[in-house]
Amino acid sequence: MADTHAVATEHSSPHLRHHFDDMHQQFDSATFGMWVFLLTEIMFFGGMFGAYTVYRSMYPEAFAATSNFMNPAFGAANTAVLIVSSLTMALAVRAAHLGQQKVLQIMLVLTMIFGAAFLVIKGFEYHEHWVDGKVPLFPGHWMWDGPLAPPQFAHQAQILFCFYFFMTGFHALHMIVGLGIMTTILVMARKGTFGPDYYTPVEVSGLYWHFVDIVWIFLFPLLYLIGHTKNLV
Amino acid sequence: MSTAIQEPEVQETPNYLNAEYGWKSWLFTKDHKRIAVLYLISISIMFALGGVFAMLIRLELLTPAGDLFNSDTYNKIFTMHGVTMIFFFLIPSIPATLGNFLVPMMIGAKDLAFPRINLLSWYIYVVGALFALAAIVMGGVDTGWTFYTPFSTTYSNTFVITAAVGVFISGFSSITTGLNFIVTVHKMRAPGMTWGRLPLFVWANYATSLIQVLGTPVVAITLALVGLERAFHIGIFDPAIGGDPILFQHMFWFYSHPAVYIMILPGMGVISELVTCFSRKGVFGYSFIAGSSLGIAIIGFLVWGHHMFVTGMSMYAGLYFSLLTMLVAVPSAIKVFNWTATMFRGSISYETPMLYAFGFIGLFTIGGLTGLFLGTLGLDVHLTDTYFVVAHFHYVMVGGMVVAYLGGLHFWWPKITGKMYPEGWGKFSALLVFAGFNLTFFPQFIAGYLGQPRRYHAYAPEFQVLNVMSTAGASVLGLGFIIPLIYLLWSLKYGKPAGNNPWGAKGLEWTTQSPPETFNFPTTPIVTEEAYAYAKHEEAHVG
Repeated sequence: MADTHAVATEHSSPHLRHHFDDMHQQFDSATFGMWVFLLTEIMFFGGMFGAYTVYRSMYPEAFAATSNFMNPAFGAANTAVLIVSSLTMALAVRAAHLGQQKVLQIMLVLTMIFGAAFLVIKGFEYHEHWVDGKVPLFPGHWMWDGPLAPPQFAHQAQILFCFYFFMTGFHALHMIVGLGIMTTILVMARKGTFGPDYYTPVEVSGLYWHFVDIVWIFLFPLLYLIGHTKNLV
Repeated sequence: MSTAIQEPEVQETPNYLNAEYGWKSWLFTKDHKRIAVLYLISISIMFALGGVFAMLIRLELLTPAGDLFNSDTYNKIFTMHGVTMIFFFLIPSIPATLGNFLVPMMIGAKDLAFPRINLLSWYIYVVGALFALAAIVMGGVDTGWTFYTPFSTTYSNTFVITAAVGVFISGFSSITTGLNFIVTVHKMRAPGMTWGRLPLFVWANYATSLIQVLGTPVVAITLALVGLERAFHIGIFDPAIGGDPILFQHMFWFYSHPAVYIMILPGMGVISELVTCFSRKGVFGYSFIAGSSLGIAIIGFLVWGHHMFVTGMSMYAGLYFSLLTMLVAVPSAIKVFNWTATMFRGSISYETPMLYAFGFIGLFTIGGLTGLFLGTLGLDVHLTDTYFVVAHFHYVMVGGMVVAYLGGLHFWWPKITGKMYPEGWGKFSALLVFAGFNLTFFPQFIAGYLGQPRRYHAYAPEFQVLNVMSTAGASVLGLGFIIPLIYLLWSLKYGKPAGNNPWGAKGLEWTTQSPPETFNFPTTPIVTEEAYAYAKHEEAHVG
């Protein structure tokens, strides 16, 4: 027992937890752990993407027709917002690594602003679907008519819209969790927790943030752009 | 230090059990060994519950008429037997208890890489189990543990969502445990503990963790879709509007077939440890046993369709899945042959853990070979949904995993508690388990082959003899589980002090005191030899 404590206190960093030998091992374990977690996330979204792929190959025309009811302007705007937020996130990690406290906080705040902007735009979009009657989850909010809605696809389009809401909904949930993580990181950053010898939480949260962005990069073309026949604006 | 070692009474030395006292010291612990004990208690409760449901099933099937329960109640009973046993006992069983306790110790680490996440995984498990219990108390579920659509989404009038939420939540405890193990094995090994020196139990748990991490998220999303479909009636799995119920089965078995390897691989890891220790010999073909664990994990992801031969899946897909299923037999057979070769010319002794190991090898072989019958496309058409499937599954899961779990529990009980269990009672109940098990499940192979369908509360009278044998066997088996429960608890107070290494076993966990101190080792051990370096010259003779 006494020996163990002696070994642990030899390394002076207050952030070193008792069961690691040194900061390097701790950093490696944390980032590797996050990569493994992202692997589980790939499988989680992969299940939905897999089911989506099956239905799309069964009902390609119906799925093409439904994308006419998506608004690519919103989707494109959100894509841009998220890509920029990934940049600010990467800059935040770099600032933490270099010990630039002010830049770190600014970049974290910017990342959160872009993340929140994504959710606001997504909210407007959901509202539009609600008004349009494109929410098959709730009776009375599902309509399938008009020149862009061939009646033979009514049921199949309903399935696609369900996938749309599940996939974007689970993605939005991950964004909300991401905002919560960013808030925590920001609070820690304001206390001056991070510096060149300890920035693991920023790095690990950054990995998560980039992953959630990348999911959207796949969702955007699969849901908005397949067979879209209207003008983009 | 030196005075502490000379004291005869083990309880005097500081260890993980007496480091702190009070319920808070347990519920907020981050010590992997204490978390293992928490898991041990929780899964034992769920095992007892699942066992009660099993006995109710066997009681109903004592007579051909459906006289004890009506068919609806019977559906609920076998569903809840399956749900509690599979999701809340078998999946966490060895990884979360023995694995949690031993993986860090076997690689010379102070703890798992993420102790707080480890504790979190137990809380997640408890919340998931509470949902499952709530579903049971409110009135049960009747879909079978497989939650097949569209019955589960449209027609069942039971608490499907509550049970599915419970399974969904407990899945995350499985994921976090797997994640923790993977990172720990990669990053926390002691100096000299190379990949080629890892104990085979660690390899088995590593392979299991890969499946947990890659498979469990898929069943999570699948059950989420079932829940949403049931709540909102949107038709994703409803054929009436173009949904595909078979897609549910693909997604479900994509996880749930690999999940049976989550349930058996850690058991195989335990057997590798037991066979080497009680044969006093280095393991035969170390790299093949280690590699076959990974092989099972990988091939296991490619064979899910053999659960669906008769569901309307394409016949060509059936051929493919049947062929790949044969491949799983190769790494499984490698293990069985290598264990046998390890015992060859070993100085075998017959302590309780070794009796369980013998039981495992025999029963798993029967379970595995009948798996080949079922994986054979043409034969499966005849055997689908009969008691043959039930018997096969239980030979692997009870004859394999539960027997390995009991063997491992006896083997490491002295390390976990510092006390010896009574050896005579141990041997007696090991034999009881073996006899009771075979009496329970072997007749089911015959009944199933002759055509008794599973999941019915009544059956044709000509099957009664076989079913009476089965029910009698289940009673013996139940006794074989209750006796260890009693004497293991008894040994906590009255058992002889075990000493550091009662079996003369190799492995880092035996180099430290029993029970181990909080950080496992006084100083980080340095590994200088291969795993299972029992009598090295013995190997030369065999070679």
